[in-house]
Amino acid sequence: MAIQEQAQHLKTDVLVIGGGPAGTWAAVTAAAKGARVVLADKGYCGSSGATAPSGTGVWYVKPDERLREEAKASRYDMGGRLAEHRWMNRVLDRTYANMNQLAGWGYPFPLDDEGNQHRRSLQGPEYMRLMRKVVRKAGVTILDHSPALELLADEHGVGGAAGVNTQTGIPWTVEAGAVVIATGGCAFLSKALGCNVLTGDGYLMAAEAGANLSGMEFSNAYAICPTFSSVTKTAYYSYASFYYEDGTIVEGAGSKRGRSVIARNLMEGRQVYAVLDQAPEHLKPLLRVGQTNFFLPFDRRGIDPFTDPFPVTLRLEGTVRGTGGIRLADEFCATDVPGLYAAGDAATRELICGGFTGGGSHNAAWAMSSGSFAGEGAAAYVKKLGAHDGSRNLERKSTQPIVEEGKGSVKPSRAAEWVQAVQDEVKPYDRNLFRTGEVMTQSLNRLNGLWNEQREQAIEHTVDGVKAREAAAMTATARWMYTSALARTESRGMHKRSDFAGMDDNQHYRLITGGLDQLWVRPEQVRKEVVVH
Amino acid sequence: MIELVSQERCIGCSICVKVCPTNVFDMQDGQLVIARQEDCQTCFMCEAYCPVDALYVAPYADRSVEVSEEALLHQGMLGSWRAEIGWTTGSQTTMAARDTTPFFEQFTKTHRPKES
Repeated sequence: MAIQEQAQHLKTDVLVIGGGPAGTWAAVTAAAKGARVVLADKGYCGSSGATAPSGTGVWYVKPDERLREEAKASRYDMGGRLAEHRWMNRVLDRTYANMNQLAGWGYPFPLDDEGNQHRRSLQGPEYMRLMRKVVRKAGVTILDHSPALELLADEHGVGGAAGVNTQTGIPWTVEAGAVVIATGGCAFLSKALGCNVLTGDGYLMAAEAGANLSGMEFSNAYAICPTFSSVTKTAYYSYASFYYEDGTIVEGAGSKRGRSVIARNLMEGRQVYAVLDQAPEHLKPLLRVGQTNFFLPFDRRGIDPFTDPFPVTLRLEGTVRGTGGIRLADEFCATDVPGLYAAGDAATRELICGGFTGGGSHNAAWAMSSGSFAGEGAAAYVKKLGAHDGSRNLERKSTQPIVEEGKGSVKPSRAAEWVQAVQDEVKPYDRNLFRTGEVMTQSLNRLNGLWNEQREQAIEHTVDGVKAREAAAMTATARWMYTSALARTESRGMHKRSDFAGMDDNQHYRLITGGLDQLWVRPEQVRKEVVVH
Repeated sequence: MIELVSQERCIGCSICVKVCPTNVFDMQDGQLVIARQEDCQTCFMCEAYCPVDALYVAPYADRSVEVSEEALLHQGMLGSWRAEIGWTTGSQTTMAARDTTPFFEQFTKTHRPKES
């Protein structure tokens, strides 16, 4: 394993942390603006994250006024009217341009009968393999298996990050004029498809540098999923009927509003079964290609999901499908800290979705659009820095000391215990899906205690050290989540309070939160604008 | 989760070591081993990238199960995922190129038989 002399030290203009869709778009866009770019992924840029193993629709809408207005209105109310038209317009425009750019790069969009390309969805394996190729072609230096552990900053703002290569054990440091956080959301290691690399690392690093978060109460997305499986693709369950073991129908269960019915049954110990028996015959072959690996677990078990009932559960997707994340301070995805940008699920998606996201199409659009906005913003920031860049006095910003191998204080088994402790507070439906002030206060108190325990522990440059740091990020994420959820004494978007049913017009605002030892939360008005719908 | 490396098929190219997002594999003395099975997130990406269809990811996300290489071979499971997305050498077309599914929300609105 590593000794200190082997540490890798790089200098660049823009450092992108995370190599999923948002990170790769940020890297390519910054490089196109003339910036030197390094991209560090904790796994492998091309296979890592929620997109790579999935198929996803994309919010690709032709620039036709009527179509655009319909597209914007479709989820505006569901999201609790917290989205902004200005942002929706920008994302629709940029997504349209980026999808056309993907065609130019050679993404194999299918052809319709007239020979025109269908540009309405993307298949993860193909999309992310292409993005890696494009990133490399743009001259970006990729660091795979290189989780960032902390940001570097001085009085001028953020100026880099440090981490470790988990395969070689060699620590790395990248000094950069600007940093883009594209580390994804936090699914709390629930094994939702592709999500176990998404542990809220970027939220914690950003907050340690002084950034704020927004919409963290919208962080309790649960996906319908076969009990045995990791494939959390809920869209097809609109074709499902739900049954009990004895074959009687589960009244009111469904993929949209009926998810709570499934949860209540599971809480009472009554297993619910699904079968996609509402899918018309002629659609079945299309469904098969539409979601990249929806059918894979069924095929491997010899289950025909159109005819054979299978047990389902609700798997937590946290802020990956939830909309909360790092607060954006301008339209180029700057955060509240100079030199620090955020994109994709790491950034708040409230700006286009409010407090609710249904299918992945908005998420995919947000990732590619916010990624390219952030890449532009970061490249422009570095240009402005110019000659001032030379004289910086960067400090490490981690709350927990990050130390060489062998000098840490965390026993390897502790990380797993911490992960379990956080999961016990965030996974149960009667804590996080059906929320009450009393139960969330209890959870928050325990999580605060857990944070106090973790923050003192020195983290090593090892695989186990990375896991301990992930556990700290999960604890921090859960604390911001419940702090915001306690402050929102109403139900809005995906945030459902059993003790405050219904939306309160006086709480039509966003909740901004932050802090590390002492957390705070404050309302922020949604930008006033003329709403057409 | 990942259950099988077919030592008969594996050529030791270590592509899976590289592409696994959660760093499950190691090369030990030139041989591929599943070093950290508990970290597997059942995303199937290693199978998609394996050039010789030597890997098998069982569909169970939360527990390890016994598998038999012979049975999997017989059932055509080794490499079935790579073939499905059209990444097997010599594939005529990819799944992406066949995916003519219209935009999902419009699609389900038109075709859904009842509101759930």
